[in-house]
Amino acid sequence: MSKQAQHWEKTRGLLMVTLAIWFVFSIGIFLFGAEMNEVTGPFGYPLTYWFTCQGSLGIFVILIFWFANRQEKIDEEFGFSERGDD
Amino acid sequence: MLKGNFIDNLPKVYGIYTGGFLAFIIIMAIAEQMGMSAKAIGICFVAFTVAIYAIIGYLSRTAQADAYYVAGRQVPTVFNGMATAADWMSGASFVAMAGGIYFKGYGYMALLVGWTGGYVLVASLLAPYLRKFGCYTVPDFIGTRYGGNLSRLMAVIVLTVASFTYVTAQINATGTIASVALDIPFQYAVYVGLISILLCSMLGGMRGVTWTQVAQYIVLIIAYLLPVFWISNKMGAGFFPHFMLADEVARIGELEQQFGFVANSKENLAMVPKGLAGITKAHSAVNATPWAFISLALAMMMGTASLPHVMMRYFTTPSVKAARKSVGWSLFFIFLLYSSAPMLATLSKLSLIDPSLPTGIIGKSIAEVQSIDWYQNWNQANLMFVSDFNGNGTLELNEFFMGGKAVVLATPEIAGLPYVISGLVAAGGMAAAMSTADGLILAIANALSHDLYYKIIDPKAETAKRLVVARVLLVVIGFAGATIAAMEIQGILGSVIWAFDFAMSGLFFPLVLGVWWKRANREGAIAGMALGLISGAGYLIWVRNGGSGFLGITQLTFGIFGSAVSLVSMVVVSLITSEPNAATQKMVDEVRVPSGKSILGKQH
Repeated sequence: MSKQAQHWEKTRGLLMVTLAIWFVFSIGIFLFGAEMNEVTGPFGYPLTYWFTCQGSLGIFVILIFWFANRQEKIDEEFGFSERGDD
Repeated sequence: MLKGNFIDNLPKVYGIYTGGFLAFIIIMAIAEQMGMSAKAIGICFVAFTVAIYAIIGYLSRTAQADAYYVAGRQVPTVFNGMATAADWMSGASFVAMAGGIYFKGYGYMALLVGWTGGYVLVASLLAPYLRKFGCYTVPDFIGTRYGGNLSRLMAVIVLTVASFTYVTAQINATGTIASVALDIPFQYAVYVGLISILLCSMLGGMRGVTWTQVAQYIVLIIAYLLPVFWISNKMGAGFFPHFMLADEVARIGELEQQFGFVANSKENLAMVPKGLAGITKAHSAVNATPWAFISLALAMMMGTASLPHVMMRYFTTPSVKAARKSVGWSLFFIFLLYSSAPMLATLSKLSLIDPSLPTGIIGKSIAEVQSIDWYQNWNQANLMFVSDFNGNGTLELNEFFMGGKAVVLATPEIAGLPYVISGLVAAGGMAAAMSTADGLILAIANALSHDLYYKIIDPKAETAKRLVVARVLLVVIGFAGATIAAMEIQGILGSVIWAFDFAMSGLFFPLVLGVWWKRANREGAIAGMALGLISGAGYLIWVRNGGSGFLGITQLTFGIFGSAVSLVSMVVVSLITSEPNAATQKMVDEVRVPSGKSILGKQH
């Protein structure tokens, strides 16, 4: 397999992981919104309420930075990273 | 004072700017103590900030295509993040979001999840690849990837439909704020707002818009956070509201139980001025079905990833790597405001309905409430209303009505903050609406000038001529938007949500599959865009005219239907027609590799 194909395979793998995490916190947990809201979440807010106010939003921020770093590592591994500017 | 080039000095420039703005707020606060009138403070805030934006817009003037369309591709990640956040957070986010949460609770908060979750899709599926492509506009990508003028034209049409729906709402919002702050009729205020918007983008295009949007973000985030923290501290709810309002949220739940949600009769509701609503839904309880929540969140997420005015912000970063990081920064800056909106809604609601607080009005006599100064002000502005439906002389929860905007605009006054804060909030709302309107008008004008005029009609046009056309279109589109806004056809929030649905119906799958599915071809993309947009719009018209809809898809989530049609038609048509030629397939391979030259040259 060519270097390019291997790079793309890894990139696709990372995409799947990223989208899976995204799915859980944007869609998955809200299937059980009513049940989860009975539980007390961080800072004492009802759990589902907390996810809609802060939890999911904050997780998305962290997820994107994590994704960007992992993708950079993949690019470096195959020598596809850009030089210089950031 | 400043050595070296402008880009290296950005932190210093905007640091001085932020300091200057804070100093301006303090001067206004002192002026208020010395007896400056509320009206004069409002005018100063709006005039001062708009003047600054206009100066930045003038200083960023340019005659180069690269600078005009993509700000020379040298905007650093963090600053591009701020600019995107301002581009993204519209007048609706700023003025209406806390109100939506206040009235509708959980069901509305799907928008918070949707408008943030969409950025994960932007970062992982699209932005870095479109940056690598090196396009000027979103239709530029579609037109080059799929080839042919028809695909380019279809993308221009979808972009224009979605962005124009959005921009009328934003000009409407600037008009509303300008009319309140400057005390002029709405019909004229709309044009005052428009001229302010054009001052930022006319001369400098994307470069001007970028640097004004950074400035606008700083104003709007200060204007949003300062009152939230101040009110929270003043009420004794906690010095850091985001982590400390659990007791207040629980208290609202208790009061809801105590008062109960009494339904009003139709005759009684007919007396309430249009646009005002009462508290009828639980604050923190789950009050929507999973599908209602998820479908709205999903529509907003896919819409986010398809809206061209957001996507084109990532064309301005220096590299592919920077584009990815920049999406993270954008969402971080958006998060600062979005996570504060529910806190503001909580503080606002509790301060109004808790009888044990001095500001609480529920349980007081109607006559007493009607004699409160702020009630009279906001009642006059048509944003508050009380009526003694049951005739017992006391104000009940179901007898108090408020406009959605009042949560942001009136809460500082209700909580007893000085007027300078209200002036600041007006400037913040103006900044939010202006920055989004600028991004949208520029997206439309650039698509028409670059893709329609230069690429399709006159490919030999010289740069100077192209930029003249771009600027003329900017003004024409702005005036068209303002004229429609002045007619006040729809509410601000409704049309914003429609824009997302239109964008996802026509553009989401053609964009995503263009990168991720090599087999996608021209015929498929054209079918996907055309059938997606037509079926989405058809569904909207059907439901608006009394159609029952299906699968629980409403007029706010019609994009789910449109994009499903788009996906199916794009895949089917692609598979029954021949695969893209070798050159196109090679191009897709190159887009997937971050290093190396961009597909389209620096000047194209």
